[in-house]
Amino acid sequence: MDAVLDYAFLAILFPIIGLLLNAFLGDRWRERGVAWVACLASGAALVVSLLVFAALLGRPPEARLVERTLYPWISAGALQVPFALRLDPLSVTMMLVVTGVGTIIHIYAVGYMHGDPRFQRFFVYMNLFLASMLVLVMGNNYLVLFIGWELVGLCSYLLIGFWFEDLSKAAAARKAFVVNRIGDFGFLLGLFLLFVTFGTLEFGPIFEMAEQSATVVLAGLTLPMRDVVTIITLLLFVGAVGKSAQIPLYVWLPDAMAGPTPVSALIHAATMVTAGVYMVTRSAVLYEMAPLSSGLVAWVGALTALLAATIAVGQFDIKRVLAYSTISQLGFMMAAVGLGGYTAGMFHLVTHAFFKALLFLAAGSVIHGLQHGMHASAASQGAEAFPASASPLPPPDPHDPQDMRNMGGLRERQPLTFWTYTIGALALAGLPPLAGFFSKDEILADALERNPAIWLVLTVAAFFTAFYMGRQLWLIFFGRPRTEAAAHAEESGPVMTIPLILLALGSVVAGLINFPGPHPFADFIRHHAAPFNPTVALTSTVLALIALGLAYRIYRDRLRATTDPDPLLQTARGLFVGAYNAWYVDRSYHRVFVQGFYALAAFLARPVEAGVIDGTVNGVARLVRRTAGQLRRLQTGYVRQYALAVMVGVVAIVAWFLLSA
Amino acid sequence: MGFPLLSLVTFLPLVGVLIILFLRREQEAAIRWVAFLTSALTFLVSLLLVVNFDRTEAGFQFVERAAWIPAWGIDYFVGLDGISLWLVLLTTLISAIAILSSFTAITERVKAYYLLMLLLQVAMVGVFVALDLFLFYVFWEFTLVPMFLLIGIWGGPRRVYAAVKFFLYTLVGSILMLLAILYLGLQTGSFALPDLMAQSGRWVGTAAELWLFLAFAVAFAIKVPLWPFHSWLPDAHVEAPTAGSVILAGILLKMGTYGFLRFNLPLFPQASRTMAPIVAGLAVVGILYGAVVSFAQDDVKKLVAFSSVSHLGFVMLGLFALNGIGIQGAVLQMVNHGLSTGALFLIVGILYERRHTRDMDRFGGLWALMPLYGTLTLIVVLSSLGLPGLNGFIGEFTILQGAFASEVLGWGYTALAAFGVVLAAIYLLTMFQRVFLGQSRDPANAELAHQPLRWHELAVLVPILVLIFWIGLHPNTFFGPMQRSVEAVVGFLGGSALAGW
Repeated sequence: MDAVLDYAFLAILFPIIGLLLNAFLGDRWRERGVAWVACLASGAALVVSLLVFAALLGRPPEARLVERTLYPWISAGALQVPFALRLDPLSVTMMLVVTGVGTIIHIYAVGYMHGDPRFQRFFVYMNLFLASMLVLVMGNNYLVLFIGWELVGLCSYLLIGFWFEDLSKAAAARKAFVVNRIGDFGFLLGLFLLFVTFGTLEFGPIFEMAEQSATVVLAGLTLPMRDVVTIITLLLFVGAVGKSAQIPLYVWLPDAMAGPTPVSALIHAATMVTAGVYMVTRSAVLYEMAPLSSGLVAWVGALTALLAATIAVGQFDIKRVLAYSTISQLGFMMAAVGLGGYTAGMFHLVTHAFFKALLFLAAGSVIHGLQHGMHASAASQGAEAFPASASPLPPPDPHDPQDMRNMGGLRERQPLTFWTYTIGALALAGLPPLAGFFSKDEILADALERNPAIWLVLTVAAFFTAFYMGRQLWLIFFGRPRTEAAAHAEESGPVMTIPLILLALGSVVAGLINFPGPHPFADFIRHHAAPFNPTVALTSTVLALIALGLAYRIYRDRLRATTDPDPLLQTARGLFVGAYNAWYVDRSYHRVFVQGFYALAAFLARPVEAGVIDGTVNGVARLVRRTAGQLRRLQTGYVRQYALAVMVGVVAIVAWFLLSA
Repeated sequence: MGFPLLSLVTFLPLVGVLIILFLRREQEAAIRWVAFLTSALTFLVSLLLVVNFDRTEAGFQFVERAAWIPAWGIDYFVGLDGISLWLVLLTTLISAIAILSSFTAITERVKAYYLLMLLLQVAMVGVFVALDLFLFYVFWEFTLVPMFLLIGIWGGPRRVYAAVKFFLYTLVGSILMLLAILYLGLQTGSFALPDLMAQSGRWVGTAAELWLFLAFAVAFAIKVPLWPFHSWLPDAHVEAPTAGSVILAGILLKMGTYGFLRFNLPLFPQASRTMAPIVAGLAVVGILYGAVVSFAQDDVKKLVAFSSVSHLGFVMLGLFALNGIGIQGAVLQMVNHGLSTGALFLIVGILYERRHTRDMDRFGGLWALMPLYGTLTLIVVLSSLGLPGLNGFIGEFTILQGAFASEVLGWGYTALAAFGVVLAAIYLLTMFQRVFLGQSRDPANAELAHQPLRWHELAVLVPILVLIFWIGLHPNTFFGPMQRSVEAVVGFLGGSALAGW
């Protein structure tokens, strides 16, 4: 069984083979061939991950760490970085999530992307993403992690802008890449400091040295190791803030929903965005040495969880609600790992991967169904003039299949989608016995034990979570259809619904992996697990039920037409408008940073470059010409004559040197 | 002295020159093919240099030395070490690519054009192999003439202004270098680099060292170009024909950075240490400034030109980190920039030949019209913005790590320079978006769908793309041979640290 560990690299190689086959030969095959290659590549990676998992389980717990060097990657002077893999419980957990959820989503996407002219390209990108994400989680050093880190960012860029004819989607893609790069800027500096501190970028030696040495000599100064590690962990966290969409860099993720829905599920919910949580957990040794950094991680996570949850309440786009929900849940995970609850954070990462992927895919099924409904009703409907709305918010675009105001009553038209969506929503809301209940409660139990203030913030966020999911359920599935499209919506085919069922199953049972009491997952990844806290569990369950009930009371049958204002507008007008506008954060960023950068660029390009720098050069040239006015006849404009003059001068100088020597 | 392989690589293009001289002006196809085959053959022969290169040797290999002007102690003296090895290969490769890329773009005065291209190649290789300073200077200045003519004859509307500016600006810089070379030669009685290095005790630690450093530095800084001496570059690039830009960015700029590494660092080690914060400071300003100004451009070629200011800033930062990591990164980044920026100019040229404009506002949505072209461009763009897995990342990361670990530079340099990585993503992805994404903003673009890439357009890009991946995934192929030579330079720098001013 151990021999499998020597071949773990195949998990990365299979998707690469898949993407190369599809890239170079895919245009000769029909959709079916492309789909088979991509899904088989993903499935093969899943099989490898399962085998690696089994092989690790077969070893005694303290021997579940295997490293394999593929080849020496960078050797430049003292900088030596191998391309090497690290197989341990943490990496294999991530491998299983990535390939497991990834394979399900690959299959779903075969149905979702059916008929798209760039079907082939889509699956090339998807396989590239799998390979990149596996590099990220399997690398044995920070630089290999960083390759994966940036490559998943590239895949995110390519897939957000997949329908690039729409400039707003292309712009969303660029925004995602640039905002992530800002995070990566901090991350890079962290890498540089890691290297000068430890002389290596490999996890094992770094963690060992960090724990063992009390001081470190940097630039001739002897510094306490704790302080240096604090700076390192803060810098690394900047990267995590970008990748995992935390305050203040979360603004790219809602826009990332411009990508096809399977992408939102896989990359922008289940896997890539959790990379920051993974990185902090991977660096647990360092963060535990640096209370300042881990405290910051916890607070940023908690505040992000709350802020994003409040924004989600004010959204009408089905995917934007889920996007802000993802940001909020990532905040939960970040808060957990910041508090040292690595088990809870990773546990929530796993369960969230199931139920959030489920929610996105089910949302995709809703969108798909509505699009069908629009086609079906388009024949009977002309351009419909909507009555002016009393709402301070713009009315929905009647052709937007993602606007929940255009939905309603879909539970009858799409029963399977409805039931799976409900399971996902209740799991997210944290109702027992669904997976989200166990993992979220573990976070809350950890928080109450270590920092009650953070527990309070997270509990309020959890209340909002249940509320916005309740609101969403009523708006999408209950009441009467508010549009012709919703009335004619169709259930999706089995290639899409079977993945929904699989993920729904996962969302129900995934809590078992760290069931309170035996805590098998905690034993596996060898981090502490918070004991089950009945008070916390009861509080959060009751709050979730209250929130769902409140959503029911507020939204039941209140939106009858698409133009009806949101009921919350009447009770809390200012707050709702604020949440709708995401508290104006994005807009302020745009005004300060984006427009500021445009102004700076214009200033440097015109007055500075053309005026000062080039102006000086040309000014000197002009001055020379003017003072040489008397010698005008020599200025023939022929460069060869100038060159001749230069040569004469040179000869004269040489002669002078020779004579004087 | 064995087989004169190095001289063969240097002067082989002259065979093509001879043949073309005997061809008639109208035999354009024959002229093109002779030029291309000669340069391609030169590239193949230059591969023998890699094959026969001894990577355990720090000093010069393939050395040839013969008296040239004995009265002045000037020799024909050439040799190769792990640093110049890659620059010679870059030159032979990029030259062949530039010639092939001109097949359809150059239709006037074909004979003169290819003659000049081949002569230019001789001079450029000469610069990288010359070990006699006087010989170096001759090759160095000789590159100016063909380039001046290439811009001045086959360039755009403001070609004369750009060509004269290019010529005079760089000439002014090199005159100081000539004075410094003459001073060194007269001081020591030899112009040979190894002799000068052996006798550097004469001036190291004196005021003269600083002046000599500056005299060389001005010539090289203008060539690089180091901010703020860069303003000739955008004009030259915008007006130059595609192949001219490819050579300018790919090779000629490297002569400046190579000069710093070959002459300034080992000959004036103490001055290098003293000046490192200033030079690295200008490099950092260049990285940020070039990137921001690049963003403000509408002409895509000008954007690429300013991006060179930014990229070459990284190379300079790596060199003046004055340690092995930084310098190895810098040498690799010279190659990377030659490949990536060369490819960007080729890509712009492909578009310009079809649409006769480079205004990004008149494109948009090109990826849908030319899928393969769009994908290839994206790969080059990603290489240029330093995506891990591709070549640019290895160079930039190594340089920044070297600068961070440097004894002569503070962490602030790296922190500011690393922000250039963010800016690169902004200006390059914005460029990609304006040209390739969204909807077409000019109906004339529709015809692009019927003009797929031609064989020679693909043929020039494919080798570059292969190298982009190769360097990104297995940089040790390139780091390996340069290791010892870079260590030797670092040895010179470190040795002087003990002596006071």
